[in-house]
Order: sequence, then C-alpha cells, then structure tokens
Amino acid sequence: MFTKVGKKFVIGGFVSVITLIILQASADDFSGDPVKKGLQIAEKIKARDRGWNDSQTTLKMVLKNAAGQTSSRELRAKALEVQDDGDKSLNIFDHPRDIKGTAFLSFSHAIGSDDQWLYLPALKRVKRIASRNKSGPFVGSEFAYEDLASFEIEKYTYTFLREERCKGGTCFVIEQVPVDKYSGYTRLLNWVDNTQYRSWKTEFYDRRNSLLKTLTVVDYKQYLDKYWRATGMSMVNHQSKKTTDLLWSNYEFKTGLSAKDFNKNTLKRAK
Amino acid sequence: MFRPHLKKINFKRCSKIIFLTAALSSVFSGAFYSTKSAAIEITGSSEIEITAYASDGQFQGQDYRYNTSFAITPEFFWEWKSGDITLVVTPFVRVDENDDERSHSDLREFDFTYVNDVWEFHVGVGKVFWGVTEFNHLVDIVNQTDSVESFDGEEKLGQPMLSISRLTDWGIIDGFVLVGFRERSFAGEGGRLRGDIVVDESDARFENDREEKAIDFALRWSHSLDVFDVGVYWFSGTDRAPILEPSFINGALGLIPFYEEIDQIGIDAQATVDSWLLKFEGLHQQSARDEYLASQLGFEYTFYGLARSATDIGLLLEYGWDERGIDSNAIAQNDIYLGARLALNDSENSALLVGASYDSDFYTRSFLIEASRRINDRWTMSIEGLVFQKSNSNDPAAALNDDDRLQLTLERFF
Repeated sequence: MFTKVGKKFVIGGFVSVITLIILQASADDFSGDPVKKGLQIAEKIKARDRGWNDSQTTLKMVLKNAAGQTSSRELRAKALEVQDDGDKSLNIFDHPRDIKGTAFLSFSHAIGSDDQWLYLPALKRVKRIASRNKSGPFVGSEFAYEDLASFEIEKYTYTFLREERCKGGTCFVIEQVPVDKYSGYTRLLNWVDNTQYRSWKTEFYDRRNSLLKTLTVVDYKQYLDKYWRATGMSMVNHQSKKTTDLLWSNYEFKTGLSAKDFNKNTLKRAK
Repeated sequence: MFRPHLKKINFKRCSKIIFLTAALSSVFSGAFYSTKSAAIEITGSSEIEITAYASDGQFQGQDYRYNTSFAITPEFFWEWKSGDITLVVTPFVRVDENDDERSHSDLREFDFTYVNDVWEFHVGVGKVFWGVTEFNHLVDIVNQTDSVESFDGEEKLGQPMLSISRLTDWGIIDGFVLVGFRERSFAGEGGRLRGDIVVDESDARFENDREEKAIDFALRWSHSLDVFDVGVYWFSGTDRAPILEPSFINGALGLIPFYEEIDQIGIDAQATVDSWLLKFEGLHQQSARDEYLASQLGFEYTFYGLARSATDIGLLLEYGWDERGIDSNAIAQNDIYLGARLALNDSENSALLVGASYDSDFYTRSFLIEASRRINDRWTMSIEGLVFQKSNSNDPAAALNDDDRLQLTLERFF
C-alpha cells in the first residue's frame, strides 16, 4: 500500500485541492471498485500531508484578460494546520495599493460553511462575511474561493477513472464531485501522479457540466524533505478566455505560528 | 434621513499636532535607525474631489454650485523586533475651495503598539471601530466624527488613548483610557450640507470641568461563537454627539455645541447564516438630563453569481430607533433604510451602492448612489450622488433641500 500521501491545494495560505504532497510511494494496493479506489487515493493524499503545522509564504497573482491586459495582486499568506477540521489562514494584501492592508481571516471547516472575516484598514473595521459565496471569484481572479479552501476529504465524493501519462509521469485521473450544494461545479477531474501524488492538472466543470477552467501546475518544490508545494500554477477560464497565474516565493514551514495568531486582533494589526 | 452633521474644527490645534508628528517622527526614525533593526515604510494616498450641486445653497455663504477639494493622507510605518513593536503615523490634510472649516488637518494615528502572545498595548493616537450595521454607526463611540469630511459620518478624528487588549479562550477584552476629548468638526459658513445657523465650535461648552482635557474610559468584550459575532461595552465620559444650543455670539445667532457626560452600555451582534447577515446594535445611555434606549437593526441578503456571472447583489434593510423620538439629536430616531449593493467581482473591483432612507416621523426621504472602480495599480475613482426630497420645514433635513449633488473623487495611492 502507499502510506502517508498528503495532498493539498495551497494557494497562498489557503490550502486547497491543487498542490499534491507526497512523502514516499511504494506499490499500492487499491480496491478494484473505482469509487473505493478514488476515496483511497484521496485519504492517502490527505494523510500524507499531516504535520506541516504552519506555513508562511508570499503569493503573486497575475490576472490577464482576453485582450492580454494584465494586473497583479500580491499577498502574504499565513496558514495553520488544524487536525480533524479545516485549516486556518490569514492573508494580507500588499498590492494593488488601494487594497493594501486589507486582510482575510478564514477558519475553514470540513463540513459546513467556513468562518470568514474581512478587515478594512481605512475604517479599521472587521466584518464577518458570508461564506456561502464559495463559487465567487477571489479578488477578481479566475480562482474561486472554493478553489483556495483547505482540502478536506469530506468535501467531495471520488471516483477513480483511469491512469495515463501526465507532466508528472503517470497520473491517476480521479473525478471529484463536490458535496456542498453551493459549489459552482458539478465535478472536477484531477490528475495525480502515481509516485509523488502531486496534482498536475485539474479540470473544473460548471453547473451545466461544461468545461469551465483548467488548472495546470508549473513545477513543485519539496520542503522539510517532506512537503511538496507548487512553485507556480496557471488557471485558464475557457469561457471568458481570462487567465490567472500564481507564483509563490519565500515558503517557510513550522515558523512557530499557533491558534493565537489567527483571531480578530491579529487580523486588525495585519500590516 | 441622512441627517446633516453640522460642524467645525480647531485648525490651530491640529497644526500643532501635525508639527508634533513631524518632529516626533524624525526623532523616532533617527533613534531607531541607528539600531539598524527598524524598517520604515511610507505609503498613503491623495485625492481630488470635484462636487457639482444642482443649485446654489439656501443660506448665506452657499452661493456656489461647484467645489473642488484636495486631501492627502500619508502613512509612516516602522517596526522593530520582527513586528512585536510597531509605530503607525498617519497625518491628514484637506484643502477645500469654499469651506474654511473643511480645510483642516488632523493626526489620524500616532499608534505605538507592543504585542506578545495574548496581550496588545497601544499608546498614542488611534482609531477604533465598533459595530455591524451599514447605514448608521450607532454604537461606534471611541473616535469623534470628522463630519466635514463625509456625509455618511464614517470619517473619524484621531483619539489620544492608552489601550490594552487581552486574548482569552472566551473572547477578547479591550480596555481604554481616552486621554483628552476631540470636538466634532462642523461645516463653516461656506460649507454645504449644513443647517441654516452655523455652529460656533470655539465657544463649545462642557459638562465636565476638564473640558477638552477630560479623560474617558471604555471596556469591551467581544467574541465569535459559531455563526455569532458579539460585542458588549461600557463607556463613561464625554458624549461624542453634542447638543446644539442656539445662542447670540457677538450679536449674531449661532449654535453652541454642548457636550454632556454620559454612561453608556452598547451591544453589537451579527449572525452570519448562509447568504444572510442579521445585524443588531443597541445602546442605553444615561446623562444628567436624560436616559434612553436606541437601536439600529436589520439584515443584508446577498444573491451570489447573478445570471451565471460573477456579479453579486446584496439587499440591505435597516431600521433606526431612538426612544427620545423627534426630540433626539441622533441621526436616526424612527428611520427606515433600504439599500442594494452590486459587486461585479472583476479585476477593477467595480461596485455600486444605491441607498434610500425614509424618516417616518418627518416623512422625508433621501437617496444615495455610490459607484467605485479601480483605474489601475495607482488610481481609483468613485462617484457619489445625493438627492434630498424637498421636505417640510419642521424637519432639520429641510436645510438640505437645495443640496442635491454629484461628487467625483479620484484617489492616487503611493
């Protein structure tokens, strides 16, 4: 069997269905049933990523519209691993200037709505915001909030479809159907390599089940000899022809963050 | 009714504060630069605001239809010990073409902060916001309103204070010693959106003998539990909202602000369920001459992803009530507010807010429209329109009958 496969889609401090983390891989015993096999892959992916505790990174987003005009966002992201629930994250914007100092605090949950607060520096106001808005775009990008939320097994049902060649070698192709009725997707197709268990490509199908977006990962880097994180990724929206590229830098793990660093006080003084 | 916040400011004092800021900033930067551990960051924004009124105003000094104004808000930020100690200095200056009282400066922040795991200490001049509702900020009391700045009363004067905050498992406790009182700013003779009689701030009266040197206290507990966010506070000191008393000053009729001493308990609560935000603010205030209850409550419901687009529409309904009724000096005493907020969620952050208010005691209505958009990495623009229904002369809002306006603001960030 393959042990400790950890999968995370990490966007800034948001941990999500996009990056795949792996420790080691050996010969894997999977069930012959595609539904069981899909779930087994997801469980092992999740189990593999345990123990990173906390991370800090900076994220640059480059938004490009159909005419090729670009604009950028820069944010600092802090994340805290929470066992048996979704992770906590604090994201602070540096760019563009008009939203500099604006910060998001999010407590994601495996089941049910996430808790989210927004800090508006001009008014010094902390606002609890509705997290029902899963399918909405994050700061005008092609990433929806749900693309950026922490990956929890309970959020999807899984079906193993096939194995095929991919950028990372040979990939399992698994279909993920969101459990949440407010998801903007009917299903996702996820290409996960069978040696390091990293996601190299994800296709997102909209409510009408037509292909909406494709996410591809540029490359991976390993931290603490254990955790794989994407160095960059690109989301293409096939319907609007817009793209959003993400680039991470200065990743740090186990920096000493704790639950005390994720509350309304730290949100307010996020600079 | 969006009621006029009538006003004036102490320019001389502000200049002193600005000078002090500059002096202190250089002292601090000098002192800490030598340690090589301080990082300084200078950011901020400046804006130009152009206003067009539908007609000349009703009162003397208001015979103009266009106004231009310029404001700058730099922010200086230092940090030491990897962020455990920070200093934020935010001066503010506005120059206004017509209103001498709106041409003013203020030290919005001079905030020294020290933090550790669970404690947070502030010394200096700060800004604190409490509350959850959108159309009226009933329980927000720490900072005085800089009412010449904006019609919505959301702009505040810096408040000198010492504060301490403690994080616990059962919420956050904040304690404040507010050192010195800031008088509300009021429009001068050349200002629009004011009453017929100009407020003379220089003769302000105070119940507290220490006047502007009064020391106020506040204590607040706030917590998030499941879908609820709750805050409760006690405030003791000088009321931020003055009673405006008619008086003859050098033979001319003027309004003198009178500031009472109060004890106030305030509550703010929000439940966030699916697409619903249910909001409540309430207060009990006691002074030598009065004791009353007031509240602002309502909801916001958002339709997400309208017609399969990224656009959201939020609908807002709020009701403001004050036990004192029409004798109240409050913005809302029996007022209904309706609003719609449109967010395109595009890369320009385009948004539109339409609001209407109805005073069910005076039967007056007013309308507000606000549109904003990012132009590029450095610039944003916003347009605000205000329309007042011609109201009966019993309502103080009748003073605004000729003040319908459209305002364009271009803001540059640096």
